[in-house]
This record gives sequence, C-alpha cells and structure tokens, in this order.
Amino acid sequence: MSGFSALFYKELLRFWKVVVQTVVAPVVTALLYLLIFSHVLEAHVEVYPGVSYTSFLVPGLVMMSMLQNAFSNSSSSLIQSKMQGNIVFVLLPPLSYLEFFLAYLGAAILRGLIVGLGVWAVTLWYAPFQLPHPVWLLAYALLACAIMAAVGIVAGIWAEKYDQLAAFQNFLILPLTFLSGVFYSIHSLPPFWQAVSRVNPVFYLIDGFRYAFVGQSDTDPGLGLLVAGACFVAISALTLMLLKSGYKLRH
Amino acid sequence: MSQATPAIHVDDLRKRFRTTQALDGVSLDIQPGEFFGLLGPNGAGKTTLISILAGLTRADAGQATIMGHDVVRDYRQARRALGVVPQELVYDPFFNVRETLRIQSGYFGLKHNDGWIDEIMHHLDLAQHAGKNTQNLSGGMKRRLLVAQALVHKPPVIVLDEPTAGVDVDLRRSLWEFISRLNREGHTILLTTHYLEEAEALCGRIAMLKSGRVVACDTTRNLLQLTNEHCAQLRLDRNDVPVAWQDRLLRDAEGGWRINFSEYLELETLLADLRVTGVRVTEMHLQEPDLEDVFTDIMKRT
Repeated sequence: MSGFSALFYKELLRFWKVVVQTVVAPVVTALLYLLIFSHVLEAHVEVYPGVSYTSFLVPGLVMMSMLQNAFSNSSSSLIQSKMQGNIVFVLLPPLSYLEFFLAYLGAAILRGLIVGLGVWAVTLWYAPFQLPHPVWLLAYALLACAIMAAVGIVAGIWAEKYDQLAAFQNFLILPLTFLSGVFYSIHSLPPFWQAVSRVNPVFYLIDGFRYAFVGQSDTDPGLGLLVAGACFVAISALTLMLLKSGYKLRH
Repeated sequence: MSQATPAIHVDDLRKRFRTTQALDGVSLDIQPGEFFGLLGPNGAGKTTLISILAGLTRADAGQATIMGHDVVRDYRQARRALGVVPQELVYDPFFNVRETLRIQSGYFGLKHNDGWIDEIMHHLDLAQHAGKNTQNLSGGMKRRLLVAQALVHKPPVIVLDEPTAGVDVDLRRSLWEFISRLNREGHTILLTTHYLEEAEALCGRIAMLKSGRVVACDTTRNLLQLTNEHCAQLRLDRNDVPVAWQDRLLRDAEGGWRINFSEYLELETLLADLRVTGVRVTEMHLQEPDLEDVFTDIMKRT
C-alpha cells in the first residue's frame, strides 16, 4: 500500500500548505456563527431543559464545520487536478482504485477532524467543557467526515467545471447541513418539516453528535449511528464503483 | 526482427468517441531498445493510442501490452514499465520540484529515491530549481519536470507525446541528447512529434497514422526511399535554355530555374547540354527528399 501512503501524504501536504484557507478560515467562520447566534438567542431559547443555547449550538457548529470541510477537501482537490490536468500524475502510476479512494478519503477525514477540533477549541471560551459520551463523539465524528469525504470524491469526479461543483455545494451540501438542526431542535418545527428533517441523513449526524456533548437528543443516537453507517457503506460502494469503472477519469 | 517480448504490442486496437472513430484497428509491435516514431496529422489517433497504452483511455476492442503486461488486466506491471511525458504542460502548483518528484516516486512505491531524483534533475538542468514552486517555472522548465516525472521509476519504455511543441532550440537539443542517451542505455522510446526532421534524425522506425489507421510502418531509411523526387534549383547567366529541356525546366519566382528528377544522370545530362549551348550555371542548390515529402505523399495517397 505504499502508493496509497504517497497519495495520502500528497493530499495532506496540499491542504496543509494553505492551512489559513483550509483550517483557520472555517474555524473563524464557525466562531462568528457562535457569537452572533448565541448573542441573539442565548437569553430566549432553551432547547433542552438545563442546556444553555450556546452549549446546544457548539456541537452543531463543530459537526457542520467538519462536514463542509471534509467535503471541500476531496472535491476541491479532485476538481483542481482535473482542471489543471495534473490528475494524470495519479492516473499514470500503478495505483489501484481502492488506494485512490482510501487516500482521498483519509486526507479529507483528517482535515474535517482538524477543523472540528479547532472549532471546538475556540468555543471552549464560550461554553463550558462537557463530554459525557466520548465514544459516541468519536464514532459520529469519524463517520460524518467519512461520508462527506466520499460524497466529495463523487462530486469531484462528476463535476467538469468549478461552477458545477459550486452548484453541488450550494444546492445540496449547504441546505443539507443548514436544515439539519444545527441551530434548532427539529421538535420546534411543524410536523411536515420534522418529517423532512428525518430523511436528511445529516440530521442524524448532528443530533447524535450533540448527544455526545449534552447527553440529550431528538432521536435515539444508536439509530442515528445505524443511519450514518448505512449511508457510509452506500456512498462508499457508489464511489468505489465509479472509480473502478473509470467514470469521467479514464475515458 | 527478434522474437523477444515486444516492448509495446498493440493488436487491432479500436476506439470510438461519440461520432469519431479515433482508432480503427491499429496493430503495432515495438521491440525493446527501439527509437520509434509515431507520426500523423492532428486527429489521426496518436494521442488516443498513447492514452490507451497509459491506461488513461480504455479501448473498445483489441489488446495492448507493455513489456508483455496487458494494460488493463496487468495494469500495475504495465504502468510500472511505462513512463509517459504528456502533451499538455501540466503541473501541480501546490508543490516544488523536489516534492513533485518525491511524491511521483511514492506513487510507484519508491520510498528512498533521492539519489535517482538528484541524477535526473542534474541531467535535465533542474537541480538549481529543486526548491522552486512549479508554478514559478518557465515553460521549458515545466516541460523538463514532466520528463523527470516520467522517469522517476526508471521505466524501460518511455513515451513522449509531442515533447518539443513550443520549446526553444536549446532545450530541444538538450532534451534530445538526454533521450538519445536513455535510448542507447536500452530504454525503448516511442515519440510523437509534428517536427518531421526530428523524427527523421532520431527514429529508427516510423509508423504513420491517418484517421485511426496505420498507413505506413517501416524503417526510416526505407520510408525515405519511397520517394526519389530530387530537386535542383539553378541560376543561369543567360535564360535561353536548350530546346530539349524547355518542358522540364520550370521558372521559379526569383527568376531562376527548377528541375525535378529521380536519377542524378538526368541532372548530369542537363548540365552537359547547358555547357554545349554555352549557358553558364551561376548558382545551384540540391534538395534531397526528406521525411516531409514522404509524409505528404503518403497522406495524400491513402
């Protein structure tokens, strides 16, 4: 698997060389969300009894940042390589489609986790440290990043231009992450939108992840993990199938 | 021709892109150690053929092997045996020259390759740019880096897809010196180029492609003998040429004369006749047939 480690290393080096854009910027953005929303809502909203709004919001923001950055990493790396033409550097060597998949996946997961850790670290000034269920946290964080990393690979392979990738990001990833209970509990929604939220897999990721932090959730975190696991298996199978067939990479 | 495993073996390769038949049954065998030229007009299928060898494109039908390894079934061994210099001037702007070469080595499973990397950088005059970001390299340097990347794993077979397009004279010369050296050391070279004089000077054998078919494949020497159209340009001190030659001698734009001939005897007779008539030759240029004539001829005929 040493071809894998070279590609994994290259992917890490790629985002690390622009760490301000890939890690610092999303942490700052999340901090701005926290300042604004907790300032406006802290005094008015208590989603779960005994949990301050800021404490409720933090896990949502951490998860949202992880999701968006894991997606960004694999998708933008691939689209840039395709647009530049330097994708041939990874297509010419004897890398298997599995090595290709694992390298892009692993690097994107790592970027998601680093950003998540960064967001969590800066929010510690605003919300007290609490972590009743660290194992749930780890499971959800890993699965969430892995799902979005794989979705990013699919998007990066599928998109032929930057605007197609932007459309994917703006019309699919952003609504899915925003409309998933980052800022509110779905129990505050009318029944129709509650039902819609329940078919959004991102809702389960955020809800279960929040459970790890505050010990309360909208649904059973075990069910959430099952949904997340199933999503990861499905999207991975799709990604591997596309890579194996050479879809849009080997014509 | 030897019975050894061909360096490149292509059998009845076919590929269709929507409405165009890019390859229409191409078969070729290139033996180890050959310097082989692949010529043809734009759209003839050269790049498609190379892409299939490299695994970038999948053929609809037919088979291709590199050093006996099927490019699809045994793609790992096939790609390990092949170094490709792509036509497009591509680079990854995130990395410097040394990083690029180290990463490329890693893709081939080579962890400690710095000795060889230093050697290729030295031969390609890249050593002083080792720490430079690839996007700050000049076009010529980017081209050299592409050559270096194709060589990190010491492939026995090297494919160069129009490596000298838009490259200055100096680089072209040093590039050919280096590639010729690799060829002398035993590497098989497959070259596509639009510069026919390059192909003529370097390649031992040449195949010509047209509309996805091989229309000629022979040694460069044999191909050059396909045409025996010599041409002489003359300037005379008086313009009254012998009557017998008036049909053969053509006026050129600068007031001189031109004659096409296939045997030197014809030229000799002409000069003798001119001497008898008392016409003096003040200037003479001979044009030998070159690959361009052969190429143009074959492309017209087929």
